[in-house]
Amino acid sequence: MAVTVKIPTQLRAVTDGEAETEVDGGTVGEVLDALFDRYGDLRDRICEDGELRRFVNVYVSGEDIRFGDGLETEVAEGSEVTILPAVAGG
Amino acid sequence: MAIESLRCKECRTEYPLDARYVCEQCFGPLEVAYDYSDLDVAEVRRKIQAGPRSIWRYSDFLPFVSAPRGSLTTGTTPLVRADRLAQHLGLGELYIKNDAANPTHSFKDRVVSVALAKAIELGFEVVACASTGNLANAVAAHAAHAGLESYVFIPANLEEQKVLATGIYGTNLVAVNGNYDDVNRLCTEISGEHDWAFVNVNLRPYYAEGSKTLAYEIAEQLAFTLPDRVVAPIASGSLFTKIGRGFAEWLELGLLNGDLPTFNGAQAQGCSPVAQAYADGRDVCKPVRPDTIAKSLAIGNPADGPYALDLARSTGGGVDAVTDDEIRAGVRLLAQTTGIFTETAGGVTIATLRKLAGRGDIGADERVVAVITGEGLKTLDVARDTFERWEIEPSLDDFESERADRVPAGAAR
Repeated sequence: MAVTVKIPTQLRAVTDGEAETEVDGGTVGEVLDALFDRYGDLRDRICEDGELRRFVNVYVSGEDIRFGDGLETEVAEGSEVTILPAVAGG
Repeated sequence: MAIESLRCKECRTEYPLDARYVCEQCFGPLEVAYDYSDLDVAEVRRKIQAGPRSIWRYSDFLPFVSAPRGSLTTGTTPLVRADRLAQHLGLGELYIKNDAANPTHSFKDRVVSVALAKAIELGFEVVACASTGNLANAVAAHAAHAGLESYVFIPANLEEQKVLATGIYGTNLVAVNGNYDDVNRLCTEISGEHDWAFVNVNLRPYYAEGSKTLAYEIAEQLAFTLPDRVVAPIASGSLFTKIGRGFAEWLELGLLNGDLPTFNGAQAQGCSPVAQAYADGRDVCKPVRPDTIAKSLAIGNPADGPYALDLARSTGGGVDAVTDDEIRAGVRLLAQTTGIFTETAGGVTIATLRKLAGRGDIGADERVVAVITGEGLKTLDVARDTFERWEIEPSLDDFESERADRVPAGAAR
């Protein structure tokens, strides 16, 4: 299932400058794995011990995945997955 | 020059002092690092006491090479001894730090003064923010004063008073159909695409430093001594943790002696991710969908949640949550015992103070400071229908007969 992933500026150094890319996957975890296959250095930036680092937020169509099933959250064909730093605001 | 670099709070990687807020290695938050090794404590204290009556008297502890000038006069707000409230709650020495007495009537003037001075220093022409209301007021006003273009993003359901008190300054006011966390996500995305100074996104490390001045002022107003306990609201957790940081810096330097105060965080039950994590013994917060009258604290995804939990736990304090009815009662109690009218966030703080006092958590000999972060005129709905007014004709007889009906016999003549 093809989904669009939006990459924040802080990670574009490891995505060859790409701000947006398309990958296949049925869950957030699968989408991220597909992304890590493409950009090898990305994994360590946002994951630690197989989990997302605590200051990384991931959204599926604007919804924080912690309101869903975390990395198991399903992504529908054509939806948008956004990775963002968590330390903004307040 | 004391300011050194930006440093990741998680992995300690250092970065130059430009507009950035995230560690590229681990996504942790960046914080300003200083080198105080050359500082002469007696000299610094003299300099503070001879400084301007604003937050710039603490400029040695703010992220600038030379002290910024101008700006709206922020800070040096009253620390009010609250004996009647203390008596009501069965407490000893109680003070209200009334930060409603700032140019746009909330503590946000502190963080915005620092962020805008930094934005100007870094050469930005546009400033912006994601706001729950108070920050909107402050960014719009300080940008107008500085002659900078501004964009202010707010949740569409914000209190009318806060919307009006933002729009008047001539900002680009963007109401987003969503809650604060949606606004914040949007602004995080926008900040990557536009070369703007988002005060609480890409300038957040500098912005957050402004809240340390609350600690400095409290300490200076107490003749360079510490309170035993601080009760303050938690939204993102930035204010709460930076008050702790301010005291800690002065303790390390020897400007203050003793121990860090006990820190009690205050949240509304309708948006209490930090209080829930505290109660569950967790280190991280699960996001929530806010539903509370304390809209200035309605952040369901608090950026500094883990650090707020650390501070509360390491100082023997805690984080409590109070209901909307307790918040309304807190606003009334503060008004009727101190003459200070606070917005709903202050009601959260006072209701939490009341809860702590009721539980017996506060010793009778403790010196307590409750931090009131905003003005009651911004959330007037809290006052509506909470009292009756007398309606009379302009006649002495009418007044006396109305009074006889309402005031018990034997009251002061």
